[in-house]
Amino acid sequence: MPVTKASLYEHPLRVIYHFLKIDTPLFAALLVLSLAGLVVLYSASGGDMDAVHRQMIRLSLGFLGLLALAQISSDQLRSWSVWLYALGVLLLLAVMFFGDTGKGAQRWLDVGLLRFQPSELMKIWLPMMMAWYYAKHPLPPSLKDIFVGFAIIAVPAALIIKQPDLGTAILVIGAGLFVIFLAGIRFRVLAVFAGLVMAAAPALWFYLRDYQRGRILTLLNPERDPLGAGYHIIQSKIAIGSGGLYGRGWLNGTQSQLDFIPERSTDFIFSVISEEFGFFGTSLLIVAYMFIVVRGLVISARAQSCYARLLGGAISLSFFSYVFVNIGMVTGLLPVVGVPLPLISYGGTSMVTLLTMFGILMSIQSHRKLLGH
Amino acid sequence: MARREALKNLRLEFLLYRERAIISGILVAITFLVLLTRLYDLQITNHAHYQTRSQENHVRIVPVAPTRGLIFDRNGVLLADNTPNYQLVITPGQVKDMTRLLVDLQELVDIEEHELERFYKTIKRKQSFQKTPIKFNLSDEEVARFAVNQYKFGGVEIEANSTRSYPLKNFTAHALGYVGRINEKEQLEVDRQNYNGTTHIGKLGIEKYYEDLLHGKVGYQHEEINAQGRKQRELNKNPPVPGVDIQLSLVAELQEVALNALGEESGAVVAMDPNNGEILVFVSNPNYDPNDFVNGIGQKAYSELRDSETRPLFNRALIGQYPPGSTIKPIVALAGLQYDVTCPTKTMYAGPYFQLPGKSRRYRDWKKGGHGLVNMDSAIAQSCDVYFYDLGNRLGIDRMHEFLGKFGLGNLTQLDTVGEARGILPSPEWKKRARGEVWFPGETVITSIGQGYMLATPLQLALMTAKIAKRGSTFQPRFVRATRVPGELSFTEIEPSPLPTVPLRDDDYWDVIHQSMINVVHAPNGTARKIGLDAQYKIAGKTGTAQVFGIGQDEEYDAEKIAKKLRDHALFVAYAPAENPSIAIAVVVENGGSGSSTAAPVARTVLDAYLLKDNIVASH
Repeated sequence: MPVTKASLYEHPLRVIYHFLKIDTPLFAALLVLSLAGLVVLYSASGGDMDAVHRQMIRLSLGFLGLLALAQISSDQLRSWSVWLYALGVLLLLAVMFFGDTGKGAQRWLDVGLLRFQPSELMKIWLPMMMAWYYAKHPLPPSLKDIFVGFAIIAVPAALIIKQPDLGTAILVIGAGLFVIFLAGIRFRVLAVFAGLVMAAAPALWFYLRDYQRGRILTLLNPERDPLGAGYHIIQSKIAIGSGGLYGRGWLNGTQSQLDFIPERSTDFIFSVISEEFGFFGTSLLIVAYMFIVVRGLVISARAQSCYARLLGGAISLSFFSYVFVNIGMVTGLLPVVGVPLPLISYGGTSMVTLLTMFGILMSIQSHRKLLGH
Repeated sequence: MARREALKNLRLEFLLYRERAIISGILVAITFLVLLTRLYDLQITNHAHYQTRSQENHVRIVPVAPTRGLIFDRNGVLLADNTPNYQLVITPGQVKDMTRLLVDLQELVDIEEHELERFYKTIKRKQSFQKTPIKFNLSDEEVARFAVNQYKFGGVEIEANSTRSYPLKNFTAHALGYVGRINEKEQLEVDRQNYNGTTHIGKLGIEKYYEDLLHGKVGYQHEEINAQGRKQRELNKNPPVPGVDIQLSLVAELQEVALNALGEESGAVVAMDPNNGEILVFVSNPNYDPNDFVNGIGQKAYSELRDSETRPLFNRALIGQYPPGSTIKPIVALAGLQYDVTCPTKTMYAGPYFQLPGKSRRYRDWKKGGHGLVNMDSAIAQSCDVYFYDLGNRLGIDRMHEFLGKFGLGNLTQLDTVGEARGILPSPEWKKRARGEVWFPGETVITSIGQGYMLATPLQLALMTAKIAKRGSTFQPRFVRATRVPGELSFTEIEPSPLPTVPLRDDDYWDVIHQSMINVVHAPNGTARKIGLDAQYKIAGKTGTAQVFGIGQDEEYDAEKIAKKLRDHALFVAYAPAENPSIAIAVVVENGGSGSSTAAPVARTVLDAYLLKDNIVASH
């Protein structure tokens, strides 16, 4: 499929997309979802137009990052992988020593103009490192390579848990494990590891902090402390449940508008959507997320290099994991961990990193070599 | 590098990846399905449940207490008002550490021990989101001090509302009674719904008797609240219906006149209009300021009042029971005429004492040497005891009991207030019932001058006098003469209800008694002649002296020698103007000695104020 010839007869918009090196369906889905997110944010912030403006600026930055990354070929990225990983670990160490404290955890790093969370960056730099490593070795990975992979995951994960930021740590660990899974770890080996984790789970309990244990207990029975730990989840469920089929309408959710939902414009924004747009709105949202994940997997499967495949797949599954952890949390299926709803929650670093991640997927899609498949 | 690359089987890896991607896709789809199922469960299956909980979350139904009806005197003077009041309220559900909060709060606002106690008691039976007052009657300074520091006290607010106040303070205390905070016992008795927003209830007197009328009907305000329980906006409102305003027949000015006339003396004055039963004066001395009780009187102040020797809390007009003494003599005389035991012109020699035939006991007259030759008229005017000992003895206790009963003695007057005492009108049956003893003839003798077992309240004496004044037919005594339903401009008067009349064989007997009672005040030898000397109208009255301290057979009663608290009670009953009575009055001065010296002047002062002062009564 000679691209020059084809493009001559194609629709002018397609030419632009091609020039920008983006994947049209994925880009459209991301754009629609983030714009819908702005509408929801307006309601969730109680009509705070300033918040919407700030979010628009972040979105613009994110999409610029996306476009920028889309121009860089995955071969290029691969050559940076090790350095970025090393930089990430250094930044995490820096956070440990010089970081700002917010809400009892040391997560932020202030570098002049920018104030950001290095752990966020690790969400993408870790799978890059993992993909780099497994692309170099024959797949399915040997037991030794699996352990090396574990080691690569363990270093940043340990630093993030120490902050403490269990939510992000889980997502980072997840991103790394997705690479191992996609690299083709044998199911027998996978089963053994899964069995080991299960067996070790009770022991892990003792390593959790009190508040973390509390969150798990609260998940099992939110009414155990309805005004304390259980409050978030009870109020969130009330909001979701009272939404019904079509919801109470934009700006009309009483749970949302009257402050009953805590963190309603950030981690619990899904409750606002549920209350105001009902099951209709939430199903639509989940379908949109599903579309993005599947599109990402398709792009990765079509990629020509092993590195691009693994990275693309890991990005898609990471994105899925963010969605699942967040919605699972607000619906009371998972314990409360601070994970934003991708593309919709109000917040800086995560929005930008997420969109740059999709930039990589775009690049994988558009930098396919013309020959072969 | 190249060697290792060579080891990779690119085609195989590509297929392996595709397999993993497809498996991932399926797992992702399954997980999303789980989420959708969960959402379906919450949003569709259990929608109704969460809908209700959401509603309960954000809509609060706040009861709005009705405005209590006002109480006026007959001339429109406000006796019970609702005045603005600032109170400090706490929503316990919004307070994390109550003990610390209260300690901090005490630095700004002076909170007494009993207020703390009451607060803790109240929050126990209320729900945690309900506001509970901790301090009433904040001063302007306290309001300002708190307002500045309010941000430090989550869950604490200042609320402006109205509180009951009694502008005339002591002067109306025993008539009006007062309202106070609803206590636990009352909480169980009242209509829970109607009293949902009400904090105060009538505790005593008119405030208690007319509680239902004065209270009104509760209203409701639906409020939208946020998660902190703060009101966002008012939804629909169902306004309360204010209580009914009532107009008393009392004359505020006369209350003052009567109390001032009593001065330092303990006692009571009750006056009523015999033409319609309206109570004009109702005072008991000493008394108290009912305003102190509205928001809870402190323990110390309360015990001071309670333990005071002069008993200011004791309502002498309503529950003070005194031997009526000679004030009943006109009625005993009437009984003598009615039962044909004597006639007005019959004279007898009244010596210093009376003896029952064949008995040695001497029943003394108050006058040392006796009154000499007396008839009915002079016996009443001079209050000759011996005449009435003789008359009573001939009447017998049963007939006296029956006839005195017709004037209301021994019966509740049914005045529209609470806690009235019944007094005692003795009879052989009563003695058997109450004491398990037989009646002695000597007891009949002393009953005829209102001593012995007989007891009456000042209110009963006033009613008795009204009956005499109106030739046996007067009206049910009452405080409330008119009511005004909310929304109406003028008061609607309540028809007086007549009491059963006292039928006499001959209606002229009334004139005989009336003339004798006029002579008590206006004849040269009348016992109350001092008050009649310069009176501009004719007064018909009767003095009385009630024994407190029994003296021995041969002892002399010497006021000087007897401690003040054992001295006789002084009584005086009267009506005026004698020809066309418009007021009947009873005065009791505790330990005042003789009726003529202390009680009668008080009565005269009140009568003067009522009858001579222009415009003291609008409808007079």
